[in-house]
Amino acid sequence: MSGGEVAAWPDALFDVLVARDVRQVAYVPDAGHSRLIECCEAHPDMTATVLTTEEEGVALLAGAWLGGDRGVLLMQSSGVGNCVNMFTLIENCRMPLVALVTMRGEWGEFNPWQEPMGRATPDVLARMNLQVHRADTPEDAAPMLDAAIRQSFDGFSASAVLLSQRLIGRKAFEAER
Amino acid sequence: MPDSPVLDRREAVARLLRDRGELLVVTGLGSATYDVAACGDDPRNFYLWGAMGGTAALALGLAIARPDTPVLALTGDGDMLMGIGSLATIGARQPKNLSVVVLDNERYGETGAQPTATAHGVDLVAMARACGIEAPDDIRDMNGLGTLAERLRRTDGPLFANIKIDPREHPKVLPARDGAWLRSRFREAVLGKAP
Repeated sequence: MSGGEVAAWPDALFDVLVARDVRQVAYVPDAGHSRLIECCEAHPDMTATVLTTEEEGVALLAGAWLGGDRGVLLMQSSGVGNCVNMFTLIENCRMPLVALVTMRGEWGEFNPWQEPMGRATPDVLARMNLQVHRADTPEDAAPMLDAAIRQSFDGFSASAVLLSQRLIGRKAFEAER
Repeated sequence: MPDSPVLDRREAVARLLRDRGELLVVTGLGSATYDVAACGDDPRNFYLWGAMGGTAALALGLAIARPDTPVLALTGDGDMLMGIGSLATIGARQPKNLSVVVLDNERYGETGAQPTATAHGVDLVAMARACGIEAPDDIRDMNGLGTLAERLRRTDGPLFANIKIDPREHPKVLPARDGAWLRSRFREAVLGKAP
């Protein structure tokens, strides 16, 4: 994305959440999720809850579904590691779960501390029995989220949609050359 | 405070759940789950057997989804400490229908009674208050429990309470542990039969 141009894919993701009757969004922010979080916070029929750690969101969305609300978890790839044991709640109870994960540690990442969890994220999610979808282009993002929500809530399964760092744009640091 | 009175956990939980009304109950793994099962099974109980640290956060999601129904997270000090950040999450969100009650024996009861941080003076009530959640002083007698039991059925929270309990272990009363069955039963009780 070039300077000043506003990407359309976050709004398309939000439209999917509304169309699929998602009522709760739990998040630990990422720059790549900022527009989507703003939309969710502003929507009168949606409750967006900021978490202290991503695993809280897994438990919170389990409770949401027990009470009849559909929810989606927004986080960056570093947060996937924080969720691992809490994913067992979802598997043991055969509950739906949808995570929308912005990827760090790839595509020109400046901060090497993001790389280990970024590399491990797809395998960790698959190992914990989430179905993993990866969007590499803006056009893929909304249809993949839509498919993941349908499949997870219709089939009581867990899935993650990874938004690649190339798609969201690499994070800029002032010290970069 | 070794000289301060403490309560029996089974008597305390039985008092809290007597005449529970519409209350939905989420229990933390280990003794809290057994204590609630010992009061008599109910489809509106959601027993956790794992997911340590997640009890209060799960109850928050449920409370947001059912805003007119009182929701109780009942758990131990070990589970609460592992998920202590969820007090900040609850404090920020301010769900009026959520109560979080800790049975604090200052021990990890399931694993050999090793001391938790509360045994070393960590004050859960002060932490809850600092997160903007109303909380009475540590509850150590039946009067305090009676007041709390009445509050749990109201929806003018959020509320946090810490009940100091005797570390003595009781015979385990084991509810069902098939999570998929428990969640279906709970949803049917709360939402009606799935189409």
